Amino acid sequence: MTAEGGKIAVNDETEVLALARQGDVGAFSQLMKRYETKIFRLAQHITQNREDAEDVLQETFLKAYEHLDQFQGNSKFYTWVVRIAVNQALMKLRKRRSDRSVSLDEGIDTGEDTVIREIAAWDENPEQRYSREELGAILDEAVESLSPPYRTVFVLRDIEELSTEETAEALDLSIPAVKSRLLRARLQLREKLTRFFKRKGDDAFAYM
Amino acid sequence: MLTCKDFISELTDYLDERTDADLRTKLEKHMAECPNCWVVCDTTRKTISVYKDHEKACCIPSDVQTRLLLAFEKMRAAKTKVV
Repeated sequence: MTAEGGKIAVNDETEVLALARQGDVGAFSQLMKRYETKIFRLAQHITQNREDAEDVLQETFLKAYEHLDQFQGNSKFYTWVVRIAVNQALMKLRKRRSDRSVSLDEGIDTGEDTVIREIAAWDENPEQRYSREELGAILDEAVESLSPPYRTVFVLRDIEELSTEETAEALDLSIPAVKSRLLRARLQLREKLTRFFKRKGDDAFAYM
Repeated sequence: MLTCKDFISELTDYLDERTDADLRTKLEKHMAECPNCWVVCDTTRKTISVYKDHEKACCIPSDVQTRLLLAFEKMRAAKTKVV
């Protein structure tokens, strides 16, 4: 069977991968199609820049195609591609901030980032207060404020919905490290979003 | 007896439903007695869902998709030439 030109849809990923590894271009295009949105979104979140995200998207799939024979098949193809994409995205960040390097360990835990400052209940559907564009800007700004190690874990776990294990594998981190970064990322975002989403009349106060 | 600090350190596992039944019961008991921790838990859950719901509607811009295909074709053509 061939997936050349995408005429025959092959749904089983293992089969599509086997075809792609044999050099079937149509099969590889199917894989690209399946994951291009997720990789683009992931790249946009990490780089916070559309042009960089587009470069990351292209570089990721070109690299994946070139090195497909190195994919061991021990992990999901998507996790392997995510790993390439995260590395490319971090390289973009490094380039943009040439004065210092950016790594997955940058700006990590000082112990202050689990402090809860804002305690205020949110509306049931707080996002309805804003237009889609306004909401997008609020959410992007909050994610952008996270340091790259927290931002990357949050994007993989809570936006791209990778499991903790897959996130650990894609980022080459231990499971406890993923969990600890995820907790801090979620709490930091919660703090920032509370300013926009808290129920009117509820006062925020510090605790813990 | 769980403290608020203990509660927060287990929050990620609780929201991801990765705690065992015994710990889950303890965390829920703590929340029932501590309105602040209940609010933190509820707003953290909403933080996750607001991102999930918003991003689900996202798709790749068609010009970006076209340029990806072009880049892929270009690389393939270059490779074929070398071979």
